[in-house]
Amino acid sequence: MEVVLIACGSFNPITNMHLRMFELARDHLQDTEKYRVVRGIISPVGDGYRKKGLIEARHRVEMARLATKTSDWIEVDTWESLQPDWVETAKVVRHHYEELKAAQQDQGEDGTLSYGKKRRMEEEHPSINEAQPPQLFLLCGADVLESFGVPNLWKPADVEELAGHGVVCITRGGSDPEAFVHQSDALWRHRRNIHLVREWVTNEVSATHVRRSLRRGRSVRYLLPDAVVTYVREERLYSAQSEQKNAHVVLAPLARYADAGPS
Amino acid sequence: MAAGRIPLVLLACGSFNPITNQHMRLFELARDHMHSTGNYQVVKGIVSPVSDGYGKQGLVSAEHRNAMAKLALQTSDWITNDEWESDQPDWTETVITMRHHHGRILKQYQQSTGPSPQLKLLCGADFLEGFRVPGMWRPEDLEELAGAYGLVCVSRGGLQPERAAHESDTLWRHRRNVFLVREWVRNEASATEVRRALRRGLSAKYLLPDAVIDYIGRHALYTDASESKNQGTPLRPLAKQYQPGGTGGSLG
Repeated sequence: MEVVLIACGSFNPITNMHLRMFELARDHLQDTEKYRVVRGIISPVGDGYRKKGLIEARHRVEMARLATKTSDWIEVDTWESLQPDWVETAKVVRHHYEELKAAQQDQGEDGTLSYGKKRRMEEEHPSINEAQPPQLFLLCGADVLESFGVPNLWKPADVEELAGHGVVCITRGGSDPEAFVHQSDALWRHRRNIHLVREWVTNEVSATHVRRSLRRGRSVRYLLPDAVVTYVREERLYSAQSEQKNAHVVLAPLARYADAGPS
Repeated sequence: MAAGRIPLVLLACGSFNPITNQHMRLFELARDHMHSTGNYQVVKGIVSPVSDGYGKQGLVSAEHRNAMAKLALQTSDWITNDEWESDQPDWTETVITMRHHHGRILKQYQQSTGPSPQLKLLCGADFLEGFRVPGMWRPEDLEELAGAYGLVCVSRGGLQPERAAHESDTLWRHRRNVFLVREWVRNEASATEVRRALRRGLSAKYLLPDAVIDYIGRHALYTDASESKNQGTPLRPLAKQYQPGGTGGSLG
């Protein structure tokens, strides 16, 4: 079964740790011999998210582009970042899933494969189902999975929808995602779609740490791809000032769901 | 260069089997730290891969380890790889390597006015643990390392270099020459982990430079077979320095 991984997040900035998540997820899924990961998508969040310290999307997108130049399967998608308001992750996944389905149909109608050839391919490779679009799995860290439980951060229906597609969760040190899946009825119901990847090699290099180091004039070389380090320096991103952006503003999902009242 | 600062060269001795982003981070962290003391100007970093004679399990040939380090450091404007240690016919004590490099640095700075350049050993906290292993270090070598040169030691995982520094009388005596750098984020993507991933056909991308991964792929370097190399052989320092009847004092 073909799989596409999509990671939504601030990527503020993108780091080697983010990129490692993709590699770890792909290795894990392909090791099950049930999945073949064909593509990875990085979808930086829009400025409307209003997270503290979030710099402009155009920079975050460009850094992600620079970071994935040397990857032959991971790419950056700007749809989410271009939307005027913050977009729920479930909507982002829905959007990309529709695109994958549409692309699949185009292929079929194209008539690129003759009926006979299709039949032969299916006989030889029964696990590759030509008619189905690839599955779309949300790739995230354990902190995101656990955030499903934070009041007013996620709509229950959205969690349901995401779990229905599939989630690949990379454990960060200090988390116990298995316990969390167990404690959430929605996640537990979709537990077969939730793939937990143990990261045996602790890697705590977060974007927060990187921003802190940059504010303090410390080197972040070898924590992010060189091209990104250069871009950050040339564009003079990440200062004490940039970290104060949105300091007194409510995070978009909290604002939206609090206004809406209990759903 | 900032007036009055001591020119400082950082030397890292190790297997570099292979060199990883974690190794190169050591240099970056150490440089930032030494600059922030206000007393030093770091002018150069040297990676000195150990010779094959070290006999560590899983050690691939120096030819490859040097080539990989060169590739990794291509884009650094201050760190270089040096083959002197790995070229020596036998494993070389760290202080001998330091004497060699210190001599070269002094020659380079012969004509300059200003403070005399210094050479310090750059290492991770695990390196200090080696001081406690009987036979790994001659007491007089440790004295020379800490007294004549000094160390810059970066914390690693749960290992706190403060403790090892505290527990060694020699290091404690020369504590003003021992600089301890806290790495606040744990990053355990070590060479051992990288070799493990590669052996298992898993991805090591973003743990070390792409150029090094390519090199490893082209030469099929890290396999089950390569990891078994030197299995059962005692480490050379232990064999060399504990000889019955003994060669005794430092070699010239």
